[in-house]
Amino acid sequence: MNYERFLNSRITAVPPSGIRRFFDIAAGMKDTISLGVGEPDFKTPYSIRNAAIDSLVDGETQYTGNRGLIGLRNEIALYMQGRYGLSYDPETDILVTIGASEAIDAALRVLTEPGDEVLVPEPSYVSYSPGVIFAGGNPVGVITKEEDEFRLKTEYLEKAVTPRTKVLILPYPNNPTGGIMEREDLAAVAEFVRKHDLMVISDEIYSELVYDGKKHVSFATMDGMAERTLTINGFSKSFAMTGWRVGYACGPAEIISVMNKVHQYSIMCAPRQGQVAAEAALRSGRENGYEEIIRMRDSYDRRRRYMVNAFREMGLECFEPYGAFYVFPSIRTTGMTSEEFCSRLLREKNVAAVPGTAFGPSGEGNIRCCYATSIDKITVAMERISEFIHSN
Amino acid sequence: MTKLETAVLDLLKEDCRLPLEKIAVMTGAPLEEVASTIEDLEKRRIILRYAPMINWDLTDRERVEAMIEVRVTPQRDMGFDAIARRIYCFDEVKSVFLMSGSYDLLVLVEARTLKELAAFVSGKLSPLETVTGTATSFVLKRYKEEGVIFDNGETDRRLVISP
Repeated sequence: MNYERFLNSRITAVPPSGIRRFFDIAAGMKDTISLGVGEPDFKTPYSIRNAAIDSLVDGETQYTGNRGLIGLRNEIALYMQGRYGLSYDPETDILVTIGASEAIDAALRVLTEPGDEVLVPEPSYVSYSPGVIFAGGNPVGVITKEEDEFRLKTEYLEKAVTPRTKVLILPYPNNPTGGIMEREDLAAVAEFVRKHDLMVISDEIYSELVYDGKKHVSFATMDGMAERTLTINGFSKSFAMTGWRVGYACGPAEIISVMNKVHQYSIMCAPRQGQVAAEAALRSGRENGYEEIIRMRDSYDRRRRYMVNAFREMGLECFEPYGAFYVFPSIRTTGMTSEEFCSRLLREKNVAAVPGTAFGPSGEGNIRCCYATSIDKITVAMERISEFIHSN
Repeated sequence: MTKLETAVLDLLKEDCRLPLEKIAVMTGAPLEEVASTIEDLEKRRIILRYAPMINWDLTDRERVEAMIEVRVTPQRDMGFDAIARRIYCFDEVKSVFLMSGSYDLLVLVEARTLKELAAFVSGKLSPLETVTGTATSFVLKRYKEEGVIFDNGETDRRLVISP
């Protein structure tokens, strides 16, 4: 049967994720060292897992309120205040979602109407542009450059903005580049946002993974930006809780309430045990000075330094990524495209990395390598990549 | 402890064969500073030795281990230290800890056979004049030691590639 007539052409027109193809090849190979993962190599700390186990034993198996457990929302409010200086009312300004992904999707759905344009910095996480399209809008890529350490520059924002532009996605610390935005970078963006009367979806899922003495600055703390910003965050990266699927959106009550409408009809609520675990994560973090986060971050930082140094020693340009857990070296000197480089590296050397182009056209010339893997594996992977480069 | 000392210990604890160059890169400290830090940690007897962790159960070496709870009479002016020394000098003794609670010293002992171990307790440990009683428990299986799980190891359950 031909289903074309039945399927939504807006959705079928979106190409499948560029990562998918690599996944299929890599999944069929044995003993691959993967630098292609996008999640921590730590397990969720045991005390957090135990909170969920206790909850199950106690028979807490029911729905929660749409917006999420009030205990969790209280903890989120305290966390946002304590860590980033942001004030949110747990009753009205916070929505607990199924991972940050649902928060981004819901935000795009409530802020976008057919024909609206959404500025999406590139390279960036693969879901933003499809999300904009699913919401009926048109994504407009904004390039970021290696020479700017992949920070978002108003020069390129100004080139992309039109009278139809309504929303800017701000994905920092950035996947795949590891780039961050510091206060002065954000001040320029805030000026741009004010000038063009935009709303901002600030995806800060990697906010805890910032290195070398740098500190994450939340966009909503910029002058006048709280009322224009939906701050999206979650537990996946900071507390190694990817599989739990718990995230949240914080922002103006009027917008959160409309997002809750989408959420209540399409999702109902985030899974209860995930919420219980998330609440335990934040509470214990608040009480012990976020020692688990610090332990994991220190460990990532050592591997980050090692990987950056290894790429530089191979002769590849590699800017210092101060955030997330990715290194984004340039492979231009090899004369290969990112896609070709990664395909051949996988087939010839059994090392999986992700081509920069999976994250938007301006990722051409770079590859994403995740250092959330053991130092032994990173060491072997770096040796193999070096051999690969020098034999070509 | 300085930040570098803590970082060096964290790294060596996981892999004591980690080359100096790698430690320097990973900590962002100059090579010479890393070398002198390690030397200093050795001098201060914070780093005592560099030894692998061996799963003897997978080898053909005959081996029995026991944990012995020892009650002793502490000696005037010496407390427990003198008797602890008398005990830890035996080759069979791998570890000795002074404990709070219902006994005084916890002694980890290793021998080739059950007979040898029994001989140690009855012939060497119990006769010490300050030892007033012992309770011996044999180790049946090791699950985890020094943070390392002895079973088949951890499997990476993550997707090979994810966004």
